[in-house]
Amino acid sequence: MMLLPAVVLLLTIVILPFALSIYFSFTDQRLTPRPIPTRIVGLTNFARMFADPLFWKALANTFVFAILVTPFQLALSLAVAMILNAAIPFRAFFRTVAIIPLLLPMTVVAAIWAVMYRIPNGPLNSVVQMFAGSSVYVDWLGSSSTALLSIVLLSAWATFPYQMLIYLAGLQEIPQDLYEAATLDGAKRWQRFRYVTWPGLRNVNIFQLIITTIGALKLFTQVDMLTKGGPNGATTTVIHYMYQQGFLSQKVGYASAVAVFFFLVVCTIALIQRVVLRNEEGA
Amino acid sequence: MAAVEFRNVRKSFGSVDVIPELNLTIKDGSFTVLVGPSGCGKSTMLRMIAGLETTSSGLLLIGGDDVTHRNPSDRGIAMVFQSYALYPHMTVADNIGFGLKLAGLPKPEIQKRVSDAAGILQLEKLLDRKPRQLSGGQRQRVAIGRAIVRQPKVFLFDEPLSNLDAALRSQMRVELTELHDRIGATMIYVTHDQVEAMTMADQIVVLNGGHVEQTGTPAELYRQPKTPFVAGFIGSPRMNFIQGAIATARGADVIGLRPEDIGLSGDNGQWKGRIRHSEFLGSETLVYVDAEEIGPITIKSPGEITIAQGETVFLDLNLAKAHPFKTGHRVPAAGNVRGSA
Repeated sequence: MMLLPAVVLLLTIVILPFALSIYFSFTDQRLTPRPIPTRIVGLTNFARMFADPLFWKALANTFVFAILVTPFQLALSLAVAMILNAAIPFRAFFRTVAIIPLLLPMTVVAAIWAVMYRIPNGPLNSVVQMFAGSSVYVDWLGSSSTALLSIVLLSAWATFPYQMLIYLAGLQEIPQDLYEAATLDGAKRWQRFRYVTWPGLRNVNIFQLIITTIGALKLFTQVDMLTKGGPNGATTTVIHYMYQQGFLSQKVGYASAVAVFFFLVVCTIALIQRVVLRNEEGA
Repeated sequence: MAAVEFRNVRKSFGSVDVIPELNLTIKDGSFTVLVGPSGCGKSTMLRMIAGLETTSSGLLLIGGDDVTHRNPSDRGIAMVFQSYALYPHMTVADNIGFGLKLAGLPKPEIQKRVSDAAGILQLEKLLDRKPRQLSGGQRQRVAIGRAIVRQPKVFLFDEPLSNLDAALRSQMRVELTELHDRIGATMIYVTHDQVEAMTMADQIVVLNGGHVEQTGTPAELYRQPKTPFVAGFIGSPRMNFIQGAIATARGADVIGLRPEDIGLSGDNGQWKGRIRHSEFLGSETLVYVDAEEIGPITIKSPGEITIAQGETVFLDLNLAKAHPFKTGHRVPAAGNVRGSA
């Protein structure tokens, strides 16, 4: 009986919508009611999805984004966590400052970065112009070659404090004695990181890798706020593609097929990560 | 092997002087135990020798070399930590050989030294295990092995047995003493356990508030304590301190009497008292008595004594064995020196 509220909640907000998505993925369900009743269409939605070049573009962009942002964001968060874990002056103040990005909604972050990226005279272009001359500027979000990278940069900045806090907790769990023993063994700063810090963060890293990868694969807000998937689909992601198909084109059945497929992809990635990392542990 | 010397060493943390000024020589090849209550500065001293703490002023010499500002790894020391500080992701062999690997020794040399240390410490069958697969005693041996392979001039031990159970602790005490006899290096051992100090040391340094209260062999400290602090700290149960006419008659403020130097009788004796509590320890019994005029007294009697709580008893103080103290120091040429050190 005690489990009942949890079971009801889980059924209502997770299981039922997911079951409905699976069902819709085999139908031609529309977002708004229409005179023709919804029909079962079998695997048609999946076939159309696999035949759509924009879907593959979105899938590729999503993976490129995840592959770029995950290591960048984790490295940034670990570096900042190590600085904030050291005995620096005003440490409490800097720890507070470092989590400010986490307090801002992603829409606000996107708006701030839109100003940063503005051409021709946003702050980032001012830096470019300082080195390359006043007539030079980069169309950060308007160029296919820089749009996705620009989103990587702002996404890493906006969400790294979350990983940084987890790393900070992980670093504080590593016994100081180990560093002292390593110092007595003759380990230099880098060797102490290599042989004490890094192995000490192993479980934290597994968690961080899985969580950050999944978070990266769900990229949507930044893209929708800044580029709407453009230019020429250079920043379209699977979730943004799904949103366009389901809400703008009202093809809920088709969007559900994309969602179900993408769910399986994300699950597979998470499982592979877990299995590979577990095998490494056993090795 | 090397002597360790503190010359006018001071250590302060902010405005707190942990070690106001220290001059001490730890003899080459000795097994020296630093003992004292919590906060007396014994661990700080050890960490200063290791180079894990800086000195605020003064000189620190190891084997005659000034190492005051030298890196920990260049001081010729090895340290065994209270927590063992084994690298959890490395095997026993890798843990033991880690310092040698960092020093760039060839692999065959590392393997030989690791194998030799494992032989000494009976770790041969555990070399492929990770620390989490070992018992407390085995982990302690690995930590000692890690120290041995570096062939240091000085071994430092920071309360290494405090995480072990009583049986293992006494076994490791014997093993560490034998290890010292075998390799003959200078060993400096920090503990707050006076049993460890008495059984293992050939020199004990008693510390109190960053000062050296007394240095000497265990027998010297037990038989000729220079201050009431040392008298009270060395020996278990603690020495009894008696003030008043008995002390004044011996030219002292206070006299100390070991619990075994007080006789207990049911019908006659110099001092009358009432039994507060007794503890039977097998070969002896500790009896706590509230004595008239002289206050609470602890008595150690051989065998089993069956006296009920609250019963009246009589005490005989063997004043020939009393330790007289005046203004915080032993009164010279007074009191008894049993077996004289």
